[in-house]
Amino acid sequence: MSLQTSTLHHIAQLARLRIEPEHEAAMAAEMSAVLGLFEQLAKAPVDALEPLSHPGDPTLRLRADTVTELDARDDFERIAPSMMGGYYLVPKVIE
Amino acid sequence: MLATIGLEVHVQLQTHSKIFSGAATAYGAEPNAQACAVDLGMPGTLPVMNAEAVRLAIRLGLALGSTIAPRSVFARKNYFYPDLPKGYQISQFEAPILIGGGVDIRVGDTEKRIALTRAHLEEDAGKSVHDAFHRDSGIDLNRAGTPLLEIVSEPVIESATEAVAYLKALHTLVRWLGVSDGNMQEGSFRCDANVSVRRPGESLGTRAEIKNVNSFRFVEKAIDYEIERQIRLIESGGKVVQETRLYDAQRDETRSMRGKESAHDYRYFPDPDLPPLVLDAALIAAERDALPELPDARRQRYQSALGLTAYDATQLTQDRALSEAFEAVIAASGAPAKLCANWVLSEWQGALNAANLSIEQSPLSAARLGGLVARVHDGSLSSKMAKQAFEAMFAGTESADDVIARLGLKQVSDSGALGAHVDAVISEHPAQVAQFRAGNEKLLAFFVGQIMKRTQGQANPAQVTVLLRERLQ
Repeated sequence: MSLQTSTLHHIAQLARLRIEPEHEAAMAAEMSAVLGLFEQLAKAPVDALEPLSHPGDPTLRLRADTVTELDARDDFERIAPSMMGGYYLVPKVIE
Repeated sequence: MLATIGLEVHVQLQTHSKIFSGAATAYGAEPNAQACAVDLGMPGTLPVMNAEAVRLAIRLGLALGSTIAPRSVFARKNYFYPDLPKGYQISQFEAPILIGGGVDIRVGDTEKRIALTRAHLEEDAGKSVHDAFHRDSGIDLNRAGTPLLEIVSEPVIESATEAVAYLKALHTLVRWLGVSDGNMQEGSFRCDANVSVRRPGESLGTRAEIKNVNSFRFVEKAIDYEIERQIRLIESGGKVVQETRLYDAQRDETRSMRGKESAHDYRYFPDPDLPPLVLDAALIAAERDALPELPDARRQRYQSALGLTAYDATQLTQDRALSEAFEAVIAASGAPAKLCANWVLSEWQGALNAANLSIEQSPLSAARLGGLVARVHDGSLSSKMAKQAFEAMFAGTESADDVIARLGLKQVSDSGALGAHVDAVISEHPAQVAQFRAGNEKLLAFFVGQIMKRTQGQANPAQVTVLLRERLQ
């Protein structure tokens, strides 16, 4: 399967990745190869099988509603790239 | 043109800790003081589901008549935004916890059931602060991971008025059940509205989604504005486009936020960190047994068993604490429900509103108010005296009888004592007596007034009227 440039742009946008125009062709080829593997998988005969999202049939364990995590902001601040007044700072993004 | 509205309501569940972590959910903490490694999306951390969030969802589902799914699945909803550090929100997609159900609403005299599609559990995102920092956005992740139940209605709401009635009924219910504090200013109850219009006979029109409106008044205005905008657009030959719009309360208009082409492509898939949520029938049965009388049932009981008007019954069942206080006043006073309802809804609510207090914060207890209503009922107090006593009681801690004794508020109902005043007033005003006997009925009020003056307002006016009529006929 070969990837259209428009699809490549859409995927890049969803992943918030900037792809330089000179890399687009190589990137499209690489992604097309990955999609080819999925096409191969899609050919496997699975009609008789139930969809399986959680192998082994586990069920969710619940915990009691108690506060167990104390304020560790100072610890996180030490590894945060940028912080001010208790806020983590990121480049301005307004939707 | 007909309008069709579907609502998505995000209800914040009233838990102590977050849905997937042990960090606190209390509102108003210092930024990021309640955001642990799980909420920050640190590598290597894993979510562990909060049992209380599950229980609250079941409780609401039972009250809404929804099917409680014996098995539901958490999924990852993928999108990038700085206040969502993992790059995905944990939500439920194909298999939500609640399916179907409905909310009964009344608009004027018309009753209608608003059917629900589903409700699913999910985590809230954090909060971005844009204007406090020079070139950056500040991120506060205290809200990240707060448990939410998103309740999705079918597109069966036909006006802004119906939408508000639905939201108010749902808001009453979540607070009634203790599922959420419902605080709209703090974002505990928020709403997105899908609005479309069509000509009669046509299928559903293209919808626009209005995001995050958090007051009943703004929901009504935003929907009304949006319906008008779409009708104008279509009637002038235009076409409604599928898009997300934001309501601007200051300008009272909706504005396009993003169109279909830039709509999110969430790429949902089952979250491998969280196995399916399988509910034990015994847990659901226990919740069903613990369900309190619901507001609708209680409203009907107030009308049929207690003889209250529809208006009073509705007012008293807006809030569970208020309704329970009303019943405590009846129990403490032994007075008729109507008299108790009047005191609770007018004097007590009025005083609480004036002092900006909730019923839970009331300095006057239902038991003390009941003591006062008992004295009104047995005729010890006139309504004027009772109001005076109420004011003293609201400001202090005394019982009704103590206030009555201290202020000397006993109403005189003894016909011997009142008879002497009646006789005196009749002999002092021969001219008015003659006019009354000649047919001027209005003068009765004059005589009552004179007697109230002589007794400094302590005479029982009903008793005085009877005595006056006896002697003047």
